[in-house]
Amino acid sequence: MIDKTVATVPDAIADINDGATVMIGGFGSAGMPSELIDALIGQGARELTIVNNNAGNGDAGLALLLKARRVRKIICSFPRQTDSWHFDALYRAGEIELELVPQGNLAERIRAAGAGIGAFYTPTGYGTLLAQGKETREIDGRQYVLEHPIHADFALIKALAGDRWGNLVYRKTARNFGPIMATAARCTIAQVQRIVALGVLDPEAVVTPGIFVRRVVCVPAGAAGAVHEAAA
Amino acid sequence: MNRYSRDQMAARVAQDIQDGACVNLGIGLPTLVANHLPKDREIILHTENGLLGMGPAPAPGAEDPDLINASKQPVTELPGASFFHHADSFAMMRGGHLDCCVLGAFQVSVDGDLANWHTGAPDAIPAVGGAMDLALGAKSVYVMMEHLTKGGDSKIVSQCSYPVTALRCVSRIYTDLAVLEVTPQGLRAVDIVDGLSLPELARLSGVAISG
Repeated sequence: MIDKTVATVPDAIADINDGATVMIGGFGSAGMPSELIDALIGQGARELTIVNNNAGNGDAGLALLLKARRVRKIICSFPRQTDSWHFDALYRAGEIELELVPQGNLAERIRAAGAGIGAFYTPTGYGTLLAQGKETREIDGRQYVLEHPIHADFALIKALAGDRWGNLVYRKTARNFGPIMATAARCTIAQVQRIVALGVLDPEAVVTPGIFVRRVVCVPAGAAGAVHEAAA
Repeated sequence: MNRYSRDQMAARVAQDIQDGACVNLGIGLPTLVANHLPKDREIILHTENGLLGMGPAPAPGAEDPDLINASKQPVTELPGASFFHHADSFAMMRGGHLDCCVLGAFQVSVDGDLANWHTGAPDAIPAVGGAMDLALGAKSVYVMMEHLTKGGDSKIVSQCSYPVTALRCVSRIYTDLAVLEVTPQGLRAVDIVDGLSLPELARLSGVAISG
């Protein structure tokens, strides 16, 4: 029997190793798998490369992983925000490497990794600082930049509901990077608000087919306290 | 000197958005355009974090943390709305499916080069987000900005001194002094604020502008 469900959040992320590349879903806090990140902080993996749209907000989730100095490099599109003080301090101290990627190139590089694409030409970034040193090419009179896929060892994502095959549905704009990150990692771990029986999710409405997901762990909405206890 | 107010600028941009258009409004000044869209036109707003058919801010107390715009502010979904992931959202932009986007800017050149993501200052932490994708993806790119910096320098320039976002991408520039069209022959004034002459506008701008 296939059963991708995992009993606890710490079990779900236990094998994330030092030096791993970890994609983390979410746009700001919408879709951010906060409980998985908290468990990763507790687990202790170091020298991580993190892929996320941002570089942490406030004093929660990814920002705390940075503050704990577990991140060697971050690949993102929008690190600087009014509440990105943990990233800002590390960056100014030269203690974190930043690879800044236009948001659409970030999404497409993740998608390309999941789709087995070797590299692709994109118009975004042509003629800018972010394309310096990159191969360019004119195609049908338009200029393009060669961009390469971003593969990951692990993806931590948040969805609304999942089943034991790993099928996922999302909620509103919390979907954002989840479906593409799920395809781009060797091991995708989804936290879901509820686990449902096989057949409950309408096959026409499944957004991430289970083939892309390795583990599903239930974190009920508003259950953050219970999860922290489990992690302790 | 007369100036268009921010709301007058937003209303002027809104006038140029056609019935049936799919539009992305950038962060800052462009968000004001939403308040001025003509009621008799059906215009679909796109937000790059994954929603078409975005509605206005919710009533206090009705905010949903899973329903936000690209500025991470709470919004609503209108009947007909759709949600999608980031690769699809940026395919809408890069693939030329959006009719129009409205962006803020530090500088725009006479050729339509846009600088709006980075001041290039040595101590600045760069952040780009979707600016580069939006600038070259939409069919029409409208820029909304003050005409002059606080120091009185023109933000319309012969060549951008700030790092560019995209080359030759801007269609129109809406400022507090004028509406300018970017043409292969250079800038053309569509509107000028009352009391300002074309030669005076060109002098303030430091570039040639035709009438």
